Amino acid sequence: MTALERFPHRLTLVTGHYGTGKTEFSVNLALALAGEGARVALADLDIVNPYFRSRERRELLEAAGVRLVATPQALADADVPALPAELHAVLEDRAVRGVLDIGGDPSGARVLARYRPKILKEDYQLLYVVNAARPEVRTAERSTEVLRAIEAVTGLRCTGLVNNTHLCHETAPETVREGGALAEEVSRITGVPLICHAAEARFQDRLRDLELFPMEIRMKKPWE
Amino acid sequence: MKREIWKGSEAIAEAAIRAGCRCFFGYPITPQNEIPEYMSLHMPQSGGVFVQAESELAAVNMVYGAAASGVRAMTSSSSPGVSLKQEGISYMAACQLPAVVVNVMRGGPGLGSIQPAQGDYFQATRGGGNGDYRTVVLAPANIQEAVDLTQEAFDIADQYRNPVVVLADGLIGQMMEPIVWKERTPRALPEKTWAACGRGDRDHNNFITSLLIDAPACEAHNLELHKKVLEMEKNECRWEEILMDDAELVLVAYGTPSRVAQTAAENLRKQGIKAGVFRPVTVWPYPYARLREIAGLDRVKSFLTVEMSLGQMLDDVNLAVGERKPVKFYGRCGGAIPHVSEVERAALEAWKEVK
Repeated sequence: MTALERFPHRLTLVTGHYGTGKTEFSVNLALALAGEGARVALADLDIVNPYFRSRERRELLEAAGVRLVATPQALADADVPALPAELHAVLEDRAVRGVLDIGGDPSGARVLARYRPKILKEDYQLLYVVNAARPEVRTAERSTEVLRAIEAVTGLRCTGLVNNTHLCHETAPETVREGGALAEEVSRITGVPLICHAAEARFQDRLRDLELFPMEIRMKKPWE
Repeated sequence: MKREIWKGSEAIAEAAIRAGCRCFFGYPITPQNEIPEYMSLHMPQSGGVFVQAESELAAVNMVYGAAASGVRAMTSSSSPGVSLKQEGISYMAACQLPAVVVNVMRGGPGLGSIQPAQGDYFQATRGGGNGDYRTVVLAPANIQEAVDLTQEAFDIADQYRNPVVVLADGLIGQMMEPIVWKERTPRALPEKTWAACGRGDRDHNNFITSLLIDAPACEAHNLELHKKVLEMEKNECRWEEILMDDAELVLVAYGTPSRVAQTAAENLRKQGIKAGVFRPVTVWPYPYARLREIAGLDRVKSFLTVEMSLGQMLDDVNLAVGERKPVKFYGRCGGAIPHVSEVERAALEAWKEVK
């Protein structure tokens, strides 16, 4: 299945608990969509994290033809919750596929609330990233609580789950499967469908039975 | 034991709670806001106290008060905020109060930037407050170590009745890594008979002050404190040696730059240069003796110090190596992280001069 088939909506809003891997998934999704010929903009709306944001991959994204919409460079490290005005272009230009990388938890997702009227007029999907290796959301109950809280602050319904369970360089196929079980449980409780399992492409052969969205690690640490 | 993925700042906070910390006082500053945030949520659940103070100065003095009552207490901040805490650290050292101070370093001087740095090395290792005192300074290079050292920091503080500094760079605070919560064997520690926690059946009041207005009395007190400094120097020094068994070029780095240095050393080895990494885990006490020993080895030709500052730990490397071998330096500062390729280039230049 191509990325365009798996993520058919014009806007993809990527939410989740802190540190579940939203940025890694967003960057990979934007690159995959662009690779299939779509006009793609990636909006970095993370006003929570000071490091490891998608805006740090500007060169990579732009080289792949992805337009990066982020706080201007002058404010990139300003530690203020400034949102890029350019975001309106992504929300309004129906010729563009938008991937919106949202900060963690309800506090990070709050940025979406002000754009709610605009988003509701568009063809969108709101994804919730599940990661069973994150201690605060490792149970289906806690993961569901955070999902509901994100829906409450944004005023938007979650339409899909993405299992992105990993342990950085220690990830194994079993790690992904374990997360898959959690995502399925969250899906059962909430009725929100599990869209795919996001995992490094190197595990593809060993996870053939899963709906896999293959990724390359892009948000590397300086020594990796 | 199950592996979990933790962000450094959250992990440090959880580690403190697991080590029995029951009082946290702080004031927000990037890149360590997840520590107070985590504490605000989880400390009350653990039966402890969280207070967001009105300033860093207030926070460190609340730690002073809590520690004086015999409770395990901690504060955390980042560089400019830690500058404000120096008075409190000096007072706690003077009053022999155990506490843990976490510094998640960012670019300086002044307000600087919010990106990772190591510019507070002098402040941490030489004592940023007034008077003759030292604190054990623990410098983790990964999240597992940040967790383990934070827990041990409370034991070290209690053992010597002295504040302990956890000196993490911004990357430690912000990055995520898999960790495991190990079964810990706490140190055997003396009872806190000195604590000001109510007189009870005692025949005297426990009085805690740093004011010793009579000079001979103040000197005697200093000499008592100094005995502990010598004990800490003797007992608490630790370091790690990576690829050092046959190393001819030694990269010296602490914290996350040691990981940049390690990747550089691995790359250099592919080019036929036997590079290794010497990583101080405590930057006070500094592993002078071992580094001096390494400098004396015939096979070791040169040293390159790598920092996210402009040559602070370099002083200690020079003190250890002396005239035995050349000591070169490569550093970035203000929130810039040294690239692996830059460190490799600096190492190649150092190597050319001695080969």
